[in-house]
Amino acid sequence: MSGQRPFRVLWLQSGGCGGCSMSLLNAEQPDLYGALDALGIELLWHPSLSEASGDEFLQLLARLESGNEPLDALCLEGSVMRGPNGSGRFHLLAGTDRPMMAVIAVLAERAPYTLAIGSCAAFGGITAAGGNIAEACGLQYDGDQPGGLLGAEWRSSGGLPVINVAGCPTHPGWVIETLGQLAQGGLKPERLDTLARPRDYTDHLVHHGCPRNEYYEYKASAEHPSDLGCMMENLGCLGTQARADCNIRPWNGSGSCLGGGYACINCTAPGFEEPGHPFTETPKIAGIPVGLPTDMPKAWFVALASLSKAATPRRLKVNAVTDHIRVAPGHEPEGEQ
Amino acid sequence: MSTRRILGPINRVEGDLEVRLEADDRQVLSAQVNSPLFRGFEQILHGKHPNDALVYTPRICGICSVSQSVAAARALADLGSVEPAENGLLATNVILAAENLADHLTHFYLFFMPDLARAAYADEPWHRDIAARFRAQTGSAYPEVLRTRAELLHLTALLAGKWPHSLALQPGGTTCPVEPHHQSRIRLVIGAFRRFLEHTLFGDDLEQVIALKSGEALDAWATAHATSDFGRFLQLSDELDLSSLGRGHDRFLSYGAYDDGQPAFAQGTWEEGHSRSFDQSLVTEDLSHSWTAGHPEPRHPFEGSTIPTDMSEQGYSWCKAPRLDGRPMEVGALARQVVDGHPLVRALVAESGGNVRNRVIARLLELARVVPLMEDWAARLRPGEPFCTTTGLPPEGQGMGLVEAARGSLGHWVRVHKGRILNYQIVAPTTWNFSPRDAQDVPGALEQALAGTDVSDTRGEVRIQHIIRSFDPCMVCTVH
Repeated sequence: MSGQRPFRVLWLQSGGCGGCSMSLLNAEQPDLYGALDALGIELLWHPSLSEASGDEFLQLLARLESGNEPLDALCLEGSVMRGPNGSGRFHLLAGTDRPMMAVIAVLAERAPYTLAIGSCAAFGGITAAGGNIAEACGLQYDGDQPGGLLGAEWRSSGGLPVINVAGCPTHPGWVIETLGQLAQGGLKPERLDTLARPRDYTDHLVHHGCPRNEYYEYKASAEHPSDLGCMMENLGCLGTQARADCNIRPWNGSGSCLGGGYACINCTAPGFEEPGHPFTETPKIAGIPVGLPTDMPKAWFVALASLSKAATPRRLKVNAVTDHIRVAPGHEPEGEQ
Repeated sequence: MSTRRILGPINRVEGDLEVRLEADDRQVLSAQVNSPLFRGFEQILHGKHPNDALVYTPRICGICSVSQSVAAARALADLGSVEPAENGLLATNVILAAENLADHLTHFYLFFMPDLARAAYADEPWHRDIAARFRAQTGSAYPEVLRTRAELLHLTALLAGKWPHSLALQPGGTTCPVEPHHQSRIRLVIGAFRRFLEHTLFGDDLEQVIALKSGEALDAWATAHATSDFGRFLQLSDELDLSSLGRGHDRFLSYGAYDDGQPAFAQGTWEEGHSRSFDQSLVTEDLSHSWTAGHPEPRHPFEGSTIPTDMSEQGYSWCKAPRLDGRPMEVGALARQVVDGHPLVRALVAESGGNVRNRVIARLLELARVVPLMEDWAARLRPGEPFCTTTGLPPEGQGMGLVEAARGSLGHWVRVHKGRILNYQIVAPTTWNFSPRDAQDVPGALEQALAGTDVSDTRGEVRIQHIIRSFDPCMVCTVH
């Protein structure tokens, strides 16, 4: 981008796994560096990618904290670590004696935009699971409760709440396209959903474009891992409730969780890390899954499910509980012709 | 007169790292390595359904995600005496290899080589070429390397849905069966990766690289392939004498890599020119210099615990100190290849031990060695036959899952009571390599490797960074 100042991004990591960065490196057409270049984004520093180490980085950090060097966006990957006992010492910034949460709080005031990259930074995520001994939380949420490190009412100087690019991990496209819109000055508050996630991907359900859609329609359900059928009834799949475009926008070229044969665990949502039941088992009451598809009245779901089950073609009944297509469309199962 | 220096954050490693040095004006006298982030996965897993480990443990680490999944799946298979489906084993090997090779590529190009492009070397005649190719973020290598890495990981879409954080890896195999056309695609992806290695990294057939048997043969090869990226590295290694940097204890451990009936790369230890078998019952963790509370004596992971303190007690890292038969070990590609007995690596270790150059060479050699294995595993997949056997886990029992991640030996030890996880302990590769001292004050592999480093000139700090990064540390795995 010639003639225009680059959009300057600082990327920090705290209580997470680094997987959102590793996923970001999966960007294609173009690759990550090509994408940042095309969008006029300068990565001031990234823990995995930058040359500067140790004091070189700490000097940059000091300039950014003091406002002597401009910063356009702060990206945090990983939970805010408040433990033990609110001290933040479960994550001290290496090379200093400062809790990372204190560094993050200062920088969020300097940057016109602050982004939580991944569900850990957004809501606490996996690091907040169990008894949350780490006292992990998100930048502006603690689970599904507004608050977190910065507080519910906080707004960045650019007028937005923390932008929650949630996911575990995030899709590289979600991150790049959100940063790209910010760099162009084009991300409006109404383009964030009620949890401040970009609606670009959360206006969809994971169910949209699911490669198992026909099995879903006829309630032809998988029973074991590697079965081809719909995973909602038995294997814990939350794709009909989860907000993301995972089956419209492929992962790693052509993949998705459901395409890979395992349940959607709703990883873009706060609290996904503690579903209250084993992840890959569907909780049911009277044989009916407790979690129903988004916007679906229960009575209609039950009625339609029983109707579609009665209408399930033999082909789907057979294929749903096997690991490869035994019956092609338009054919009868073997031995029944 | 010695001084104390704190280096951090050390970046271009996975996760957070701080190193404290005691040095005089000539050399490093001693080092302490600190993993400054604690999350508490072992507590998170307590009380969970055993299968939930397959969701949580890959999320320990975004760069070793599949390795964590495989260790968890193997621990559960051990718990339930599950025999995985043959296709599942082959698919697991391909998925794990894709992650490991992507990590090796990431390490060489994105993490390690940018240090050779630093201004500290600006007065060297070779610097202009190296900086143009490898300077962080702007080097000419990166568009092709990033594309190659991303396309290699297409294998995970075809066999595991996505990367990182797949749930496809199960005790009974994998959840993602393939049809014949998927098998073709898998072979195409591996073939494209082979072409990148042969054209750009090595400038030679993989089989020629694999066939190198001695230091002399490697020197001759380096001269003949000076313009390839590996050739460039070998020449710089000579210029900068990287084989004299970062000598560890020279005790190497590998759990054995890739399950193909037996490990494709052998299990065992290597020390003073001798291989020995590995006995997992001799693995212990020592808490003496870790900010964790509990048992004063080192314990086997089945009996272990991970209880954070408020950091007021003696200690300097969240990392515990794993020991094998009471002694620290070095793990990683160099360990894997020397234990497996590759002639070149055996020769290099005999000549100069574990050091910066040999660690990098072993990683790149492994890139060459694993690709033909992947081609074989992919060809042996049988569409239409099972990928995942049905498993039921007993409500009581214990299981162990061992795997070789890119950066070395990873183990999970799980105990189950009343159908729930009673104890889950994880010992990761960098827990071994970046271990703090133990109760006898014996340092871990990196701490040992840093001692004696020449810091008498302006290149002292970058030398230290070469040593640190030569281990390809993963700090989020180290303390989890």
